[in-house]
Amino acid sequence: MASTAAVPFWRAAGMTYITYSNICANLVRNCLKEPLKAEALNREKVHFSLSKWAGGKPEKPILRSDTPGV
Amino acid sequence: MWAKAKNTRATKAREPQTYSIFIFKESQGSTLSLVSSHLQIFPRLQIAAMLRQASRLISRSVTAASSKSVTARAFSTELPSTIDSTFVESWKKVAPNMDPPRTPSSFMKPRPSTASSIPTKLTVNFVLPYASELSGKEVDMVIIPATTGQMGVLPGHVPTIAELKPGIMSVHEGTDIKKYFVSSGFAFLHANSVADIIAVEAVPLENIDASQVQKGLAEFTQKLASASTDLEKAEAQIGVEVHSAMNAALSG
Repeated sequence: MASTAAVPFWRAAGMTYITYSNICANLVRNCLKEPLKAEALNREKVHFSLSKWAGGKPEKPILRSDTPGV
Repeated sequence: MWAKAKNTRATKAREPQTYSIFIFKESQGSTLSLVSSHLQIFPRLQIAAMLRQASRLISRSVTAASSKSVTARAFSTELPSTIDSTFVESWKKVAPNMDPPRTPSSFMKPRPSTASSIPTKLTVNFVLPYASELSGKEVDMVIIPATTGQMGVLPGHVPTIAELKPGIMSVHEGTDIKKYFVSSGFAFLHANSVADIIAVEAVPLENIDASQVQKGLAEFTQKLASASTDLEKAEAQIGVEVHSAMNAALSG
């Protein structure tokens, strides 16, 4: 069974569905009227700290935060 | 660890069998990891062997008792929501002082069963990651923007899973029509006339700013023309699609 099903253009370009969906949502949020836009952009804020482990010890963490002062 | 397992297997021969039967019944595709977490003592090979024996016992008893839907798979909305009384009885014989284990389905509200005749109203659950827009609302029809085109959903619609594209979703209740612009998502239409629509972002049309849409459309059309890598082209194309859908929604 060859998987020759027609793939969406974003899948063919190497993008996953989640990335596609988040981009769509982001674009819609950018086109909202004020003040809803400010509230909506609040939803996109991300805060995470990621650390890789090597030899049983965590390395320097990568911190990505959109909330200032954290 | 291995010696301990052997001991417990010899002394409590009956108990583990009840456990494995319960787990097999609860979910048809029971995973070894689920079973292993319940019975920490037994290595996985033992559990696989027990599951195989349990399944043989079950299929024998089930075919003897009721052979109605052993081979046919029921829809998720048609599974019985009652507690299995034969299991509870056999549990009480083996462990009379313990309560029978609760299955995940006992924590859930039972789903409405599929009616024999088509119901008059469609129940819509429209949810977003941060809010529940419509919850259990009874409507006449919804039109959803599926990738295969605008799909009208009436009560009694054939069970479908539809991927949504950026577009307008309209909810029709009598003469009331409520329209939302949906960014993307999925729509699950069940046999019992319940529609679960999930979207990442959905806004009423009044909240969209037309000038921003035009600006975005021009910007992404220009990006599409000047894009070089596949990924850039894909992103620009998504931008063009979403903005032209919003444009059409505002003007149409």
